[in-house]
Amino acid sequence: MESSIFKYIRRYSLRQQIWIVIVSGASFPFLYLFYELPKRIVNDAILSDPERFPVELFGLELGHFTFLFALCGVFLILVVINQGFKYYINLFKGLTGERMLRRLRFDLYSRVLRFPLPTFRNMSQGEIIPMITAEVEPLGGFIGDAYAQPAFQGGQLLVIIAFLFVANPIMAGAAVALYPLQVYVIPKLQRRVNLLGKERVRLVRKLSDRIGETVQGVQEVHVHDTSRLERADFSIRLGEIFEVRYKIYRQKFVIKFINNFIQQLGPFFFYSLGGFLVISESLDIGTLLASIAAHKDLAAPWKQLLNYYQISADSRIKYENVVSQFEPAGMHDSSLQDTEPEQITPLTGEVATFNLTLNDDQDVPVVDGVNLKFSLDQSVAVVGAGGPGRDNLMLLLARLLDPHGGRVTVGGQDTIGLPEAITGRRMSFVGSAGYVFAATIASNLYYGLKHRQIGPNPDDEAATEHKQKTAESLRSGNSTDDFFGDWVDLAGAGLANTAELDRKAFRVLDLVEFRDDVYRFGLRGTFDPGKEPERAEAIMKAREALRVRAKADPGIAALIETFDRTKYNANATMAENLLFGNAIGDVFKMDRLAENDYVRSVLKKAGLTDTILQVGFQVAATMIELFADLPPDHEIFQQFSFISADELSEFQAILSRADKDHPETLSSDDRSKLLSLPFLIIPARHRLGLITDDLQAQILKAREIFAADLPDDLRAAVEFYEPDRYISAANIQDNILFGKISHGEAHAADNVGQLISEVIRDLSLSDEIVRVGLDYHVGVGGARLTPAQRQKLVLARSLIKQPDLLLISEGLNTLDAAAQSRIMENLLEEYDGRALVWSLQRPELAEAFDRVIVMEGGKVKEQGTFAELKGAGNLLAGLVAERVA
Amino acid sequence: MSLNEEVEILRNIPLFANIEPSKLKLLAFTSERLTFRKGQDLCVQGEMGDAAFIIIDGAVDVLVNTDDGPLSVAKMGKNDVVGEISILTDVPRTATVRATSDVTVLRISKDLFLRLMREFPQMAVEIMRELARRLDKTTADLTRALAADGSN
Repeated sequence: MESSIFKYIRRYSLRQQIWIVIVSGASFPFLYLFYELPKRIVNDAILSDPERFPVELFGLELGHFTFLFALCGVFLILVVINQGFKYYINLFKGLTGERMLRRLRFDLYSRVLRFPLPTFRNMSQGEIIPMITAEVEPLGGFIGDAYAQPAFQGGQLLVIIAFLFVANPIMAGAAVALYPLQVYVIPKLQRRVNLLGKERVRLVRKLSDRIGETVQGVQEVHVHDTSRLERADFSIRLGEIFEVRYKIYRQKFVIKFINNFIQQLGPFFFYSLGGFLVISESLDIGTLLASIAAHKDLAAPWKQLLNYYQISADSRIKYENVVSQFEPAGMHDSSLQDTEPEQITPLTGEVATFNLTLNDDQDVPVVDGVNLKFSLDQSVAVVGAGGPGRDNLMLLLARLLDPHGGRVTVGGQDTIGLPEAITGRRMSFVGSAGYVFAATIASNLYYGLKHRQIGPNPDDEAATEHKQKTAESLRSGNSTDDFFGDWVDLAGAGLANTAELDRKAFRVLDLVEFRDDVYRFGLRGTFDPGKEPERAEAIMKAREALRVRAKADPGIAALIETFDRTKYNANATMAENLLFGNAIGDVFKMDRLAENDYVRSVLKKAGLTDTILQVGFQVAATMIELFADLPPDHEIFQQFSFISADELSEFQAILSRADKDHPETLSSDDRSKLLSLPFLIIPARHRLGLITDDLQAQILKAREIFAADLPDDLRAAVEFYEPDRYISAANIQDNILFGKISHGEAHAADNVGQLISEVIRDLSLSDEIVRVGLDYHVGVGGARLTPAQRQKLVLARSLIKQPDLLLISEGLNTLDAAAQSRIMENLLEEYDGRALVWSLQRPELAEAFDRVIVMEGGKVKEQGTFAELKGAGNLLAGLVAERVA
Repeated sequence: MSLNEEVEILRNIPLFANIEPSKLKLLAFTSERLTFRKGQDLCVQGEMGDAAFIIIDGAVDVLVNTDDGPLSVAKMGKNDVVGEISILTDVPRTATVRATSDVTVLRISKDLFLRLMREFPQMAVEIMRELARRLDKTTADLTRALAADGSN
């Protein structure tokens, strides 16, 4: 990258910079006229002798007043012209600056993508993120001014100085006499501020790095009670930043002080020396006053120039500071990522390494002169005692690390020069810490197929909109690909169409035993029935099938209490019974339903308010009776009480205020609290005997009122249960169930789960449910998956792109041994005839592979078939024996 | 059936007879009322027990595994307690209890029961008293049995 910000600016925005300077220059005459005109208005029009009129202007005869208004009109026009220039110049500067900022960020980010992996050992995200985001942000503002400001202000200064020299050389000389002093002193002082500025940037970067580390290691902080230690560390860092910032302030104001001091020295000399000269009559007073005025005129542009100098120094440092971090040793050439070969043929032949060597940070060889060879149709196991050798060898083979000596060839080609279009499509690597992106399972699964944009966004409107934006992207040297377009490279994975991709995805999920997990996500997943009407219909069939089975078998019927508009559901809360539907959004949120105004009005209309208040009173009384003796932090509270421990005393107070038979006399706050309690009761579970048949009947009536009176603006907030309609806000399982699992039935949840999976199987719906599961969002870094699920997903992602060479380095080590072995068998079968290289923790598993490579201390000690190497005296035999013993 | 009726049932069970009603109510409230269908097992011999069952309605068979298959050693019904030993100590279930009709029970989980006892020592004392009475009775039975044995 360009070593200085000015070079960067010149390289990418020279034309714009020249244009800004030209336009700024063009604005000068108008600015001059604008300052000149008022004098003319006063002298020639207002104070002028009326006898002079009419005067001739541009061939027109003008009277005194007309002349005045004509000049004022010109003044107004100049105002518009000048402001127009200002507007245009500022806008253009802003545009240029923002484009350059966009480009700079894009360049920096692109560089991160090309960093050699070891760079990230010494450079954390906490450092990289602020550099690309906050640190370069002010540069955008500077870039617009980079050339225009000195040109503009400098030009102004020179013009004024020139005028002064023409008018009176001596006095002009006097006015600028002290400038050389400033030019000499200020940069000296500024340099110290710059150094401090550098230091500040470094410290803040470290601080954000530290915050990042705290967030990642927060569990350890809790485990070891080290929050004080962490706070102490943070405090020290803040203190350092404080000191640096304070020093910067001091320096800055010292500069300001000296600056202003020198500036004021001018008048000092004018008044003292000039005064002396005037008194001794060697200077006339007019010249002195003119000099003082000239000095004043110079002050503004001079100050702007100094200011510009400070900002440019600051920006230069920021730029250099950032850019130097983005040039790590061994950075890959951009052509590796940009090359798009005409045709990518499958890799065939052999993989070979020649004297392959890799040193660690301390220059100790971890892979030491490795020579090996295997064919691209073989499966290879890499085994060996612990140590970094195996893993690093795998990374070298995958071209994720660059060797310090020797080379790797695949099919006769040196991998070093191979574009990522080949290494990233025909080869794949699965490590133990593969990353899962914060997206759906599907987009993680298909991630490995999205090498380049294949087609436009299927949404025409969005595609057109993107096209319109590409011109602007180009101006900043950004990517013109449409992120929302079609990226999935079916052909590269040997697939003809999306149906095949679908099948392939299922096959891959089976291979890594991830399908059941995805199926379970699907059961608890939701989808939009408007977009997938067939799927909704299929699930409605499952609901129907379940209903039929329940009708035929009273044992099943007892497990589920189906939603029925005409019946109170004893396994649902009162809130659910009243709403009889799924709340969409927050309006009818179940846990706050009693507070909703519309719900209140429904209760009132149904004449239920007082009854429910009575029930609330009794619930509160019962809860106090049951739980008052327990200490407030007791787990039983959380598990069983309707009232949290904190609120218990509050309710006690409410009850003591209330008249048992007339709780309606309570204040509205108290009533509100009591009203909310009955809404939580599930009769079948809580057995409080308070939701009597009579009350149930009344609530059913209220349910009707609720639906009938629902105002139009609330219609979108609830989706009523209807036996033949898919509930879009509910998950698939609840949609099939269309009811509640009975609380009082032994093993009901297990049996219902079993039933649902039977129904799904009978209707061959499981694929469809897996498809819904594929849309499950995995959370940040896959946090909503278990480590084993993450590893399975990462492996599946590599499998789906059908690489010719698949390298797995303990990619399943969080799975139990049996599952690992099963998946390995699956893959060996799948990869029969292609190259599968697996770095194994357990050497005995190597038997299933065509070839075995045994490593020790970074060297390959043995290679051959398992049969050849298992004989006594061989390393492999020893390793296996050790394990078995 | 509501909580108050369950409390009545608990009070008629010797193990809980002397515990004050408000604590019994808490016990009932925090327990589950479950229905086992005819043929379902309340507990299985050899598994670790995690709950006691109080039969509110219906009948069960107590089965012990023998070489010839399960052998019915007792029948139990309303107001009987099944598996109370297992909520006091860690022993595997000594028998399988199978519903011979639809059975309604109150399921008291071990975890909860122990927590309540820890919270209310008075409850523990009453339980202890009842256990001591049983021990006394068993000892007396044993002595009598031994004496009867000796006299033969």
